[in-house]
Amino acid sequence: MALQNGEKPKVGSSSSGLIRVVLLLRVVAFFATAAATIVMALNKQTKTFVVATIGSNPISATLTAKFQHTPAFVFFVVANGMASIHNLLMIIADVFAPNFDYKGLRLAVIAILDMMTVALISGGVNAAVFMAELGKNGNSHARWNKICDKFGSFCDRGGGAIIASFVGLLFMLLITALSIIKLLKPKSHHNCSSLVP
Amino acid sequence: MAKIKRICTFLLRLIAFGTTLAAAIVMATSHETTSLFAVSFEAKYTYTPAFKYFVIANAIASVYGFLVLFLPSDSLLWRLVVAMDAVLAMLLTSSISAALAIAQVGKKGNSHAGWLPICGQVSKYCNQVTGALAAGFVGIITYAILLLYAVHTVLNPLLVQKT
Repeated sequence: MALQNGEKPKVGSSSSGLIRVVLLLRVVAFFATAAATIVMALNKQTKTFVVATIGSNPISATLTAKFQHTPAFVFFVVANGMASIHNLLMIIADVFAPNFDYKGLRLAVIAILDMMTVALISGGVNAAVFMAELGKNGNSHARWNKICDKFGSFCDRGGGAIIASFVGLLFMLLITALSIIKLLKPKSHHNCSSLVP
Repeated sequence: MAKIKRICTFLLRLIAFGTTLAAAIVMATSHETTSLFAVSFEAKYTYTPAFKYFVIANAIASVYGFLVLFLPSDSLLWRLVVAMDAVLAMLLTSSISAALAIAQVGKKGNSHAGWLPICGQVSKYCNQVTGALAAGFVGIITYAILLLYAVHTVLNPLLVQKT
């Protein structure tokens, strides 16, 4: 590795290709988790039911299905929101400050944060999946009735948000694997530049 | 130094194996039948898909933990162990969050959907499920520590590779 004084070695084409692939995956994951957050956060359905009939006057009750009624869906929205913010920050850091490093910890911190975000999304989406299954099928042993036959579009939108979140989870898994692979590559240009007098 | 590393790894994996096994067994043996005004009310873990998923995930994690306890420390399979640790930590996270969501509905009910809490009638079942979930939590925390420790010990020699 013969270097002139003050000359920085070029980043190899394979590692910049990897950086671009990770950036593209991050953009897709950001859109997927943001879509999941927004669709579930705006998930609301109001329906009027005829509850009883007194004489000839029907008494109707208006029931609303909102995502805030279920703690699992609240956790889903919060988890996907935090994941989208994480992806957005990582995209900004990659685009505007690609070489900013602090004692060589940048790649390790990014990999660990990516793993934590994957765990967060996975927890949120699984809780929402099982609550949605409970709402769709009910539970006859606990005498819990299903609600999807009455609030069809609430359930449909919730299902769409869950699918978007699963897509985001898949892309985040790929990003985490690629970040860890980047960690394992020998950082040759860092080592060489420290030898330049 | 290598001996301390081996002892630490062995202890952590023993704890992980113990807690996941305990979570799976406690959840699988939770069963209660009560009768309320001549209506019998039975609660079993198989009636809820989330609890079945919890038992299966913890059973897989405990079998894997048992097998890894016997891996010799200078085998080449340790990198696969790191990857499998990550996969299993993800599986355990998802199972505990799903079981917690359903258990919260069972304990507090959901007045908007007209779902009544069942813990008043089958309190012994509820306590056993709570114990299994607590063991599951300790298991997932141990797996998270294991994952970080495995990345540090197995992959660290590669990170400081001199060219």
